Order: sequence, then C-alpha cells, then structure tokens
Amino acid sequence: MGVSGVTGYLFPSRSAIGQRVVAVLMTCGSAVGLSGCLLSFTGRWALPCALDHAWSLPGCRFAVGLDALSAVFLLPVFVLPALGAWYGLAYWRAASHPANARRLGAAYGALAGAMALVVIARDGVLFLIAWEAMALAAYFAATVEDDSKEVRRAGWIYLVATHAGTLCLLAFFAGWRHATGSFMLEAAPGMPVATAAPLFVLALCGFGFKAGLMPAHVWLPGAHANAPSHVSAVMSGVMLKMGIYGIVRAVALLPVGDVWWGGALLVIGAISCVGGIAFAIGQRDIKRLLAYSSIENVGIIALGLGLALTGRAADRGDWVVLGLCGALLHVWNHGLFKGLLFLNAGALIHATGTRDMEVMGGLAKRAPRMMMLFAVGAVAICALPPFNGFVSEWLLYAGFFCAVGVKGAGELPAVSLAAVALAMTGALAVACFVNMLGRVYLGAPRSETCRHMHEPEALMLWPMVLLAGGCVGVGFFPAAVMMPLEAAAAQWGRAGVVLPGMVRALPFGRLSTACCALAALAAALAFLLNRTGRACGVRVGPTWDCGYARTTARMQYSASSFGDSVVGLASFLLWPRRCRTALRGLFPRASSFKGLVPDTILDRLVLPAFRASDRFLPRLRVMQQGRTHVYVFYILVIMIVLLLWGGAGSH
Amino acid sequence: MLDNLIHIAVLLLVPPLLPGVIAKTKAWFAGRDGPPLFQPYYDIAKCLRRGWVVSETTTWIFLAGPVVTLAATLLAGLMVPLGRAHAPIAFTGDLVLFAYLFGLARFFTTSAALDTGSAFEGMGAAREVTFACLSEPALFFAFLVLAKISGAFSLTPMLHAPTVAFSAGIAAPLILILIGLFIVLLAETCRIPVDDPNTHLELTMIHEAMVLDHSGPLFGIILYAAAMKMLVLGTLVLQVLVPFLPGRDVLRGPLFLVLLVALAVLIGGVESVMARLKMRHVPYLLVGALLFCGFGFILLIR
Repeated sequence: MGVSGVTGYLFPSRSAIGQRVVAVLMTCGSAVGLSGCLLSFTGRWALPCALDHAWSLPGCRFAVGLDALSAVFLLPVFVLPALGAWYGLAYWRAASHPANARRLGAAYGALAGAMALVVIARDGVLFLIAWEAMALAAYFAATVEDDSKEVRRAGWIYLVATHAGTLCLLAFFAGWRHATGSFMLEAAPGMPVATAAPLFVLALCGFGFKAGLMPAHVWLPGAHANAPSHVSAVMSGVMLKMGIYGIVRAVALLPVGDVWWGGALLVIGAISCVGGIAFAIGQRDIKRLLAYSSIENVGIIALGLGLALTGRAADRGDWVVLGLCGALLHVWNHGLFKGLLFLNAGALIHATGTRDMEVMGGLAKRAPRMMMLFAVGAVAICALPPFNGFVSEWLLYAGFFCAVGVKGAGELPAVSLAAVALAMTGALAVACFVNMLGRVYLGAPRSETCRHMHEPEALMLWPMVLLAGGCVGVGFFPAAVMMPLEAAAAQWGRAGVVLPGMVRALPFGRLSTACCALAALAAALAFLLNRTGRACGVRVGPTWDCGYARTTARMQYSASSFGDSVVGLASFLLWPRRCRTALRGLFPRASSFKGLVPDTILDRLVLPAFRASDRFLPRLRVMQQGRTHVYVFYILVIMIVLLLWGGAGSH
Repeated sequence: MLDNLIHIAVLLLVPPLLPGVIAKTKAWFAGRDGPPLFQPYYDIAKCLRRGWVVSETTTWIFLAGPVVTLAATLLAGLMVPLGRAHAPIAFTGDLVLFAYLFGLARFFTTSAALDTGSAFEGMGAAREVTFACLSEPALFFAFLVLAKISGAFSLTPMLHAPTVAFSAGIAAPLILILIGLFIVLLAETCRIPVDDPNTHLELTMIHEAMVLDHSGPLFGIILYAAAMKMLVLGTLVLQVLVPFLPGRDVLRGPLFLVLLVALAVLIGGVESVMARLKMRHVPYLLVGALLFCGFGFILLIR
C-alpha cells in the first residue's frame, strides 16, 4: 500500500491507466490487510501476534505486532484510503491535473502505508519513523495545489504544528527509554506513578497535536480545507485517529495512573467537543466546517477515553468498558460519516467549483442522490437515532450515568457532568448540520454557480454509498460490531477489572428493535400520507412569504444568519468579527454586513506570538554562518560540554 | 398487557385535549367563552381530510419533517411511564434514546422549514435549534439528578423514584429540577413566555413560523405531534411533581389524567398572566432552567 503510488511514476503524467494501477494496488493492499483484521475479529486468527527482527539501525529493532487494540485502529486504515483512491480517480483525474496527479498518488499511498505501520509498530524508534513518514506524506498529499498561497500557508502551519507534536513525542520516547531501559513498547506496570505522570503529559501533548484536541487544533481547519477532498477524508477520518491511538497505546503501556489523568482528558474533551462544533457553526467554507466538526468528534472520543482512564484508576470495570468501547466505536463511526461527508463535499466542489456555502442552495433538485447521502451522513454525525453515531454516544452516556451512582462526594461523581457537555454538543451539532443541509441542498439556488451542479459519476458515488451503508448498518445492528471492541477493552483494562460479557449484557437488541420500530412507524406514516395525497390531491405553488409578492432567492435566510443566533450565544468563546456600514439619513445608501468567525487560538494567539518572536529571533542569526566547518565546530563544542556534564554527573 | 394498551390509548387519544384546555383557560382569564374544549380534535380531523399545497422549491425533506416528528414523538411517548404503570418500552439507557428522538424530530422539522426557502421559516428554524442548545443540557442535568436518586439508568424507575423513594433529603433538588423542567416544557412546546403561537406576526414566532408552508394533513400531523410532545414532556414534569402533592399514593391511572389537565390549566394560567419575552431575552430564561437543574445536581452530590 505504502509504495502503491510510486508505480504511478512508471506511466506518463496524463495517463489514466497509471492512476488506475495505483488504485488497484491500493485496493489489493487494503484487501489483504482487511481480511487479516476480519480474521482476527472473528477469532480465527489468535491475537496477539508479533514479529521481531534485529535491524541495522542502531538502538532499534524491527518489531511489529498485532493485538486487539491495533486491529481496531487498522480497520479504518484499510477501508477509507482504498475507497478514497477510487473516488480520486474521478475527482483528481490525471488528464486534468497532469502536474500533480502522480505526486498525489504517491503521497496518498505513502500516507496509508505509514498509518498502518504506526499502528503495528512495537518499537519506539520504528514508531517515530512511521509517525514522521505519515506526517510528511500527509503534508505532500494536502499541499498538491502548492501554487496557491492559501494552500502553502495551511501546509506550513500544519508542518509546524505536527513537528511541535513530534518534539513532545521525542521527549516521550527518550523518557520511556530512560524509565524502562529499552525502546520496545511493552507494558511497564512496575514503573512508579511519579515517573509515569510526566510521560503521560508528554504523550497527551504530542499525540494531542495530531488528534487535533482543542488548544492544539490550530493546523486542522486550514489543512483539511485546502487538501483534495479524498485526502481530507482520510486525514480527518483516519489520520486524526492515529493521535487517539497514540494516547490509548501510551496509557496502556504506562502503569495505572491517578484519577487526574482521566480528568484532564475529560476536560480537554469537553472543551474540544463544545468548542469545535461552536466554531463549525460560524464557518461558511464547507470544508472548514467539516474540519471543525472533526475537532468536535475527536473531543467526544477523548471524553470516552477520559471516562475509561478514570475508571482504570478507580477500579471501575464498567467505566472502562463503556468509555473505551464508546470511544473506539466512535473512532470507526467518525471514519464512516466524516469520510462520507468529506467525499460529498468534494463532489459538490468538483461540480460547482466553490467551497463557499453562501452561494449554494437548492442543489437537491439537481443532485437528489447526493442530498440523500448527505442527509444520512448529517443525521449520523449529529448522533441521532437510528444511525451509527447514536450508538457510540449512547455507550458514553451509559458510562457517565454509571458515574453518577458513585457513593459519596469528591471528584468521581463530577465525571457525570460530561453527559451535560455531550448533550450540549449534540444540540449544537443539530444546529450546525441542519444549517449545512439547508443552505447547500435545500431552498432555492442562490447563484449562477448552482446551475453547474450535477450528480457525480459512479466512481465518486459508490464510495459514498458504501460509507452510508456502514452508517446505517452499524446504527441498526450495533451488536454485530461490539466483539472486537470488547476484546480491545479487555486487553486495555486491567485483568480482573474488566469482566467478560459486560458488553453483551447491554440491551443492544432493544436498541435495534427501537430503531427498527422508528423506521417502520415513519414508513407507515409516509405510506398513509402518500395515499391521502393521492386521494385528496396535492397542488404545487410558490413558497408562502406572508403576502410579499416579489421574493427572490437572495432573501432566504443565509448560512451566516442562521448560524448567527448560536454564534451570538457563544460569542464569549468565538469572538466573531462583524463589519457593517452604519445606516444614515432617511434614504440610506446601499449597506453591507459581513460576519466572520476566525480561529481564536490561531489568529489571536499563535500567529501574533510568532510575529512577536519574529522581532527578537533574528538576533540569533549571527550563529548561522552558512559554513559547514562552523557547524561541525558547534557539534564538537556541544559534545565536549556533554562529556564534561556526564562526567560530573557520574561522580 | 392491559397497562400497555391503556398507555397506548392515552398516548394516542388524549394529546389534543391539552391545547383545548389551555385555550379554554386563557378564554376564562380573558372573560370570553372561548372555543369548545375539543376544538383541536375538530381542527386535526379537518386538516386530515384536506388536500395540500407544496412549494415548488421543496423536496422529500418537506414531507419527512412532520412524518419523522410524529414517529419520533410517538416512540418517545412509549418510553415515559404514565402514572405508576411501567412504560411499554423500557430498557437500560432508554432515556438517551428518548432525548435524542426529540433531537431527530428537531432535525427534520427545521430541515423541512429550510426546504421551503422562506426567510421566515429559516428564522424560526434558527431560533428553534439555538434554544435547544440550552434546553437539552438542562434536561440531561435533570436526568442526572433522577438517576442519582433512583440508582437506575432507565426512564421508568427514574421517574418513579421521586415518589417511591421520597425523603426530606431529596426534596430540594427535586424542587429545583421541577422548575427547570417546567421551563424546558414551556420552551419545547412553544408556549409563552418563550414563543407565542397566537401572534399575528411571523417575525416573532418560532414554531409556527417553521410550519408556515405545511398545510392539510401535513399540518394536522404537526398539530397532533406538538400536542403529543406536550403530553410526553408534561408527564415528565408531573412525575417529579407528584411527591409534593397530597395523597401521592393514590395517583394512578385516571387521577393522572386529571393531573395532566391541571398542568394544562397551569400552562394556560402562565400564558394569561405573562407576555412573551423579547427574543434576545429567551436564552436568559433557558440558562436559568439550566442553572436550576445544575444546582439541583450539586445539592444532591455534595
């Protein structure tokens, strides 16, 4: 999979055959991996299994392994990139993008391969190599359109952020080596908690940058918005989860920590989910909106991890199972519906040539299938029954309501407050996605751009249909997918705390029945309505606009005005910018209003800080002479200093 | 089985009575005769017999709005216990489904409003989703309090717990969430002081503005579903109120219906003595509900 894209270079730059070969290779790689995952899920292939070879790289072994936890995270890696590759055949045709189609194919394949390696790496150095390969491949895949200034800026911010994260990870693995004596990633239950706590913080910071948890999310909206859509889908649906995987794995390796570990994750998760979706509502760029919603979903996953972590510290097996199963299922679910929504947005952009929601509208008339698929994704991402998002949030709620039953005062009952944060997130998500559905697909067309809208071709449609099928399937029959998650939770939690069968005791059957009942009720009502309509007659007329005769499409409530009431509620967090010209006199001139929600952290904190540092750091340039021997001299000096320091320490 | 049949019958037949009682109460306050008590039944029956008009901009979402709303409300109604009987659908975690079914209804109602492309309906939809962002957390705070009191994670035991396990210690939290839930009830069923269903200006409405374009059976379904929602959420409020009433042990089947009617009278009274709040002041009221429920929770786990 990793090298599938390289074969593209064997073909001419405009060759559709080359692109197809790349997609077929991706699919073959994915199919092999997927069958492995499924074999392990059904129990035919006993886990864990490992492979360990000495390697010529000093201090590092080529150690890879597969266990229940890795298998859960591998599944999206093998599904979404392969679907995206086929989508890409139509979305990013070699014939229309001869300059960068091959580069995109190569980077895209490398990204998928590196992610798979991240999940199975069992050696710290190998992990870091895979991690860096993943980060760089994502950079090259996301910045294929590097002739645009905006893309270069987004790519630059991404590169800085991802390396800030990697820096923390370097420190983490150095500390790990110091504490355990090797780079091998094997559980170290004997480590004192005082040593483990700083390692946990380092892991949380390092992986938090990749996952896009709230204060460290700055790279995410820009990078997702400017990448080709199938790359955005993979970045959001799979790559962010590598950060989650890192946190889960690091915590599994470290000894059982204090309660505040889980508390920290719960707080960060709550900030990310409420903040992420609140920012999403303020966006008018369709892909930035989806990117912010990814932050929200990662926050929801972090809430589940926080619950599991608190449960591990407080010996509560039910919290561990519900929290971790909820979080891991949401990892899958987010891959499904966010993949679907990004691919859908990509098809929109492909047809209309714009990412601005304010100029869309009424597209459902021209592309009813796209609207149907979008509606499935939107209902699923709002965590509404009967689709898959509801199941994972239901598990999390079950966990939080368990927490409220804890006897006595203290920090443990406070865990249940996360349920309130989750409820608020749910309501905000409905606001956000109703707005998006309404503005893009419903109503009347707002501009000429909409006239170019058409249904996408089969290559773009089918990946979306498969993802939507996944959303519906998991929603109606959640019991079918719980076994691998339970195995992962059992492996992650401490033996004796997590009892087998805890998940099977949950009333998934009732949940399925209720969802089926809902669908049946709605279908029956629709049928009755249809019959009444045929009997009594349905007339078609213009929209009732309260007696005003000359309505135009521009008078519709726009996405900004719809979002404005929510943005106003959360203005203490969002700091929206509003510019309007004042109305003067009895017959005022044409006036305009513009509302914008910039990223508070990036635009008001990080970039000003960088600009300020720009003023002071040039003074350090005297050290940069541009002559090689000067740099070698620096190395010599530093080594001598280190030698002296080490010598002084050993005495 | 008999309990379930009675539950379904009440859920299907009683709802339109409540808006009728409210209208009668308001008429009494104003010194008028008012429409007959059963007027909502006549209205709905009339709507269901008619044909309807759809806007040329609309898609299937426009029809899905009322259909999904009624289906979701009906299913949610099967999960709340009326009186002391068990609800027909009860399982661990049903309260999350209960709350999210209303979310589903909101999703489709507001989408159907946007489907028409009318500015007024967009305005109504924007208000609806905004206010829900505050009332939904308040509802979950109240659920947390009830879960703490009952030690259960299912609506039937949770809503029976205030009566069954009543003690002086839980009275204060119960009163606080009662106030919060009552405000949520007013907001979710679009009553004064949050929304005025009888105003003549579409600009100032929430729910009625969203359904301007629905007519005939579609509108009938919407009226019916709204009344049913009032019954379901009203039941929620009553179950918390019951322990404070004299003779709480005898409040079974028929008497519970009397209580529902009394609640409708109370809502009618509130509507008669208050004016609708300014739109920008509504969030304060809902934040108030959130705080009431939150303080109830804190009192309980302190």
